[in-house]
Amino acid sequence: MIRFNNVSKRYPGGYEALRDVSFHLAPGEMAFLTGHSGAGKSTLLKLIALIERPSGGQVVVNSQNLNKLGRRKIPFHRRNIGVIFQDHRLLFDRTVFDNVALPLIIAGYSHQEIGRRVRAALDKVGLLGKEKLYPITLSGGEQQRVGIARAVVNKPPLLLADEPTGNLDPELSREIMGIFEEFNRVGVSVLIASHDHALIRRLQRRVLVLNQGALVGDGYVRADA
Amino acid sequence: MRRDRAVHEQQELGSGRGAHMRRQGAGAWLGNYLLRHAQTFFYAIGELSRRPFSTFMTVAVIGIALALPAGMHVLLKNVQTVLSGWDGAAQVSLFLHRGTREPVAKALAEKLRARPEVEAVDYISADQAMEEFRVLSGFGEALGALEENPLPPVLVVHPALTQQGPESLSALVEELGQEGSVELAQLDMQWVKRLYGLMEIGRRGVWVLASMLALAVLLVVGNTIRLSIQNRRDEIVITKLIGGTDTFIRRPFLYTGFWYGLLGGFIAFVLVQASMWLLAGPVNNLAGLYNSSFRLGGMDLVTVGVLLGGGLLLGLFGSWLAVGRHLRSIEPT
Repeated sequence: MIRFNNVSKRYPGGYEALRDVSFHLAPGEMAFLTGHSGAGKSTLLKLIALIERPSGGQVVVNSQNLNKLGRRKIPFHRRNIGVIFQDHRLLFDRTVFDNVALPLIIAGYSHQEIGRRVRAALDKVGLLGKEKLYPITLSGGEQQRVGIARAVVNKPPLLLADEPTGNLDPELSREIMGIFEEFNRVGVSVLIASHDHALIRRLQRRVLVLNQGALVGDGYVRADA
Repeated sequence: MRRDRAVHEQQELGSGRGAHMRRQGAGAWLGNYLLRHAQTFFYAIGELSRRPFSTFMTVAVIGIALALPAGMHVLLKNVQTVLSGWDGAAQVSLFLHRGTREPVAKALAEKLRARPEVEAVDYISADQAMEEFRVLSGFGEALGALEENPLPPVLVVHPALTQQGPESLSALVEELGQEGSVELAQLDMQWVKRLYGLMEIGRRGVWVLASMLALAVLLVVGNTIRLSIQNRRDEIVITKLIGGTDTFIRRPFLYTGFWYGLLGGFIAFVLVQASMWLLAGPVNNLAGLYNSSFRLGGMDLVTVGVLLGGGLLLGLFGSWLAVGRHLRSIEPT
């Protein structure tokens, strides 16, 4: 699903966010990406969603070499990836329903289809009754779940999450992770950047460890303990 | 087993959209596409109506800018109407050689009347001319002191209505001047020609003014759209993040520009019509004083169409320029 071949990323100004990173995430796999802040977790996710381009190496997502993907094709690439942000990135002047419907509207689904799919997505994250509310009236955990519903509403084969539980208490974090595991169970590949070691240890999934831009660990045993 | 089912389900999910599209067919796709355009169309006007004051300000500026050239155009058209009425009053005075006898003059008048381009010919003898001059000039006493009548007999030629163009009138004057007993043929419409000249300047002026104000409209719309792009920066970033194409993001801004232009055109129309209505009373009074039945005309349909169409095209183009310049610079980070 995701393959990194000797990928490096140097930002203008010389800061080297990633050095020679190689790994492969199989379709249907769920993995964590961990490391200290500034280790390059966000940069790695940004390369997958083509928010940034690598300075060297090759990123292949869904059998598509991203180096060969032109600017005009980026939107269509992103439609195959559900991205969940730490700061939710919701539109606060629109209802929960409209926020979740946005990817479907962009992709040009019919009105009935949008209603059906949005309700299904909200049902999965347990927010079915709140579709007419505005995000500002929701708690942090509920806002994050709206973000998840928006990421999965058009059923992408790959989910990326950047610190999805960063601001949540352990109880809510467990709930959110439970939702990700559910999606993984139906075949969605999931890559979660997180430094919540307790949670990662409990879930017993594959862990990729970044340290100062280099991949220093990859496996089921925590390498940075 | 469980894994198999999961993969199967995902495959079904993945292919869901393709099947969905196939089932719908091209007609339904087009219907969806048009529906989305219609939604954006009304969404844009909804956004504008949500902040009526700033919308009104922008639209009013556009309206005034469009009303100036449109109003001048309408005024010019009216002047043209007035002038075409006065063309008919053009007459050619043939001053005959002094001492031309009355029978000769009358024979010439008969000859001219036979010409198809001549409607009527009046003969004014030297004595009649003198008499008229005595009465009108107030030099009665002084004129009595003259030993002989210094005035020539005159034939006043009224050209036929078919000969009213300035060129054919000039040609006619030229020909009449060739007649043997005619000393001088003079067209009494130099001033009409000059007015035509002035109007040509006016028409050119309208174009110059219209071009400059069109540029102003472009800038107004462009700047307004630029501000609204900045205000909705977050929304644009999020839309780009979840796969919105440039076309999709551009669409509501283009429709906003469209509405600005169209509403501006409408305001211009109202302004011009209101001005005409205000001017109508005095103009009709003046026309009455000249025994003219002239009535100030408003905008014709073509002018209204050009005004509204031009307005919306300017709005669309202005927002297109702004969107093209600023949208690309907003990228998710």
